[in-house]
Amino acid sequence: MSLTAPLGLIGRSVLRAFAGVGRVAIFAARAASHIFRAPFYGREALNALLQIGWLSLPVVGMTALFTGGALALQIYSGGARFSAEAVVPQIVAIGMVRELGPVLVGLMIAARVTSSIAAEIATMKVTEQIDALVTLSTNPMKYLVAPRLLAGLVVVPLLVGVGDVIGIFGGWFVATSSLGFNPAAYLKNTLDFLEPLDVISSLVKGCAFGGIAALMGCYHGMHSGRGAQGVGRATKGSVEAAAVLILAANFLLTGVFFSI
Amino acid sequence: MTNDATPMIALEGVSKSFGRKHVLRGVDLIVPKGTSMVIIGGSGTGKSVTLKCVLGLVEPDAGTIRVDGRDMHEGDRDAFLARFGMLFQGGALFDSLPVWQNVAFRLLRGALKRPRREAREIAIEKLRRVGLTPDVADAFPAELSGGMQKRVGLARAIAADPEIIFFDEPTTGLDPIMAGVINDLIREIVTEMGATAMTITHDMSSVRAIADHVAMLHDGVIKWTGPVSEMDSAADPFLQQFIHGRAEGPIAAVR
Ligand SMILES: Nc1ncnc2c1ncn2[C@@H]1O[C@H](COP(=O)(O)OP(=O)(O)OP(=O)(O)O)[C@@H](O)[C@H]1O
Ligand SMILES: [Mg+2]
Repeated sequence: MSLTAPLGLIGRSVLRAFAGVGRVAIFAARAASHIFRAPFYGREALNALLQIGWLSLPVVGMTALFTGGALALQIYSGGARFSAEAVVPQIVAIGMVRELGPVLVGLMIAARVTSSIAAEIATMKVTEQIDALVTLSTNPMKYLVAPRLLAGLVVVPLLVGVGDVIGIFGGWFVATSSLGFNPAAYLKNTLDFLEPLDVISSLVKGCAFGGIAALMGCYHGMHSGRGAQGVGRATKGSVEAAAVLILAANFLLTGVFFSI
Repeated sequence: MTNDATPMIALEGVSKSFGRKHVLRGVDLIVPKGTSMVIIGGSGTGKSVTLKCVLGLVEPDAGTIRVDGRDMHEGDRDAFLARFGMLFQGGALFDSLPVWQNVAFRLLRGALKRPRREAREIAIEKLRRVGLTPDVADAFPAELSGGMQKRVGLARAIAADPEIIFFDEPTTGLDPIMAGVINDLIREIVTEMGATAMTITHDMSSVRAIADHVAMLHDGVIKWTGPVSEMDSAADPFLQQFIHGRAEGPIAAVR
C-alpha cells in the first residue's frame, strides 16, 4: 500500500459525500416543484397531514410536558446557587420556545414520521409498487413524495407551536404546584418576557425540521436497496440523516436568528 | 406511419447489465399488432427485465425499442404509458388502498378520470372477469390469498382497456381451473378487443392456450421465435429441452 492511499480514501469519501448532497438537493428541488404543479393529489395530502400532524400530537405533547417540567426543576435548583430562582418562568419560556420545543418535536418527528415514511416507500419500491405507479401514469414524486413534503412543511410548525405551549404549561405546573410560584404571576412573566422573534424562530425551525424529516424519509425510501435488508437500511439511514440534519439546521438557524 | 403492418412492439439489440451481470445481450423481438406473444425461458434469464425495458422502468444499456413505429423515448410519456396495462410478477398491489381502488386506480385520477361510482362499477366488472366476487372489492390486498392478489393485479392491468398488455406470469400460483379461466380471458382480450399482449409464463399448457407466437429467451438473446404451431416441430435443442422439461440437454440445470 502506497503512502498516498489514505489520501485517496479521504478524497473518495469527500467526493462521495458531495455527490450525496447533490443528489439530495436535486431530489428536494424536484419534490418541491411537484407541490406547485398539477395534478394535485388532495386525498394523499390530507392523509399525510393526518399521519404526520394529528397522530403525532400525543407523543409531541408528552415530550414537551415532561421536558418543560424538568426544565423548571433544573432552573430552580441551578438558579438557587446565585439566588436567581425567580427567573424560572422566563428561562423555561426561552428554553422551550427557542430551542427545546423545535428540536425535541423535530427529533420525535424524525423517529415517528421519517422512519414510517421511509419504511413504507421502501417496501413499495421493493414490491414493485413504485413501478406499478409509473405504469399507471402516476408520478411517484407527485403522488408519494410531494404530499408528504407539503404536510411536513405545514404541520410540523403547528406541532412545534403546540409543543411550546405544552412545555411552558409543564413548567408552570411544576413551578406552581411544588416550587411555590404564583400561577397568574408566572404566566404574566412568561408572556411579558417572550418576544415575537422568539416565536417566529420557533415556527421557522419547525418548518425546516418538518421539511427535513419528510424529505429524508422519502429520499431513503425511494432509493432503497432490494429485499427486506434494503428496507431496513433505508429506514435506519433515513432516521440517522434526519436527526443529524435537524440538529445541524437548528445550529445554523439559531445562529441566523440570535447572533445578530 | 402506424398502419397495420407496423409491429406494435419492436426490440432491436436491447442489452442490459446489472453490475457485472449481463442479463440481456442483444434481444431482437417483434410483436405484430393484435397478436399474443408468449416469452418463455429459464428462471432469471431476464424475461421480466425485458418487459420493464419496454415500459421504461429499466433503461437498457444499448439497443432501440419501438412502440407502434415510434421510439419509446419520443413523445409524451403519459400518453405512451396510457396505452399499456401491466400485471407484475408479484402483483404489486397498493396495500394502502382497498381492492376496488387498486383496480380502478387509473380511472380515479389523471386523464381517464371518471366519477367514483362509475369507476367502482367498472372495477367490480373487471373483478368478475378474473373470477372474483364483488365482496372482495372492499377488502385490502393483504387480506387476500396469493392467487387472488394475482387476479386483482390482472383486473387492474385490464381496467382501462389498454391497447398493449403485459402479463408477467399470470397463472403462477393459480389452481388449474382458475388458470384456464385466465388463459381464456387473455385470449379473449386479444381476439375480441384487438389488444396486443406479451405474456411471460412457465406453464406450457398456458403457452399453447394463449400464444400466437412464442419466443424463447436464453443466455441474453432470443434463441428461438416463431408461431406456436411450429414450436413442437422446431429443431432447436434449447427449445425442445425447455418445452419438454428435460434435465439433460444444452441448458445447464444449475444457473
Ligand atoms: N433492479 C435490479 N438490480 C439488479 N439485478 C436485477 C434487477 N432486476 C433484475 N435483476 C437481475 O436480472 C436477472 C433477470 O431477472 P428477471 O427478473 O428478468 O428474471 P426472469 O427471467 O423474469 O426470471 P423468473 O422466471 O424467475 O421471474 C436476475 O439475475 C436478477 O437478479
Ligand atoms: Mg420474472
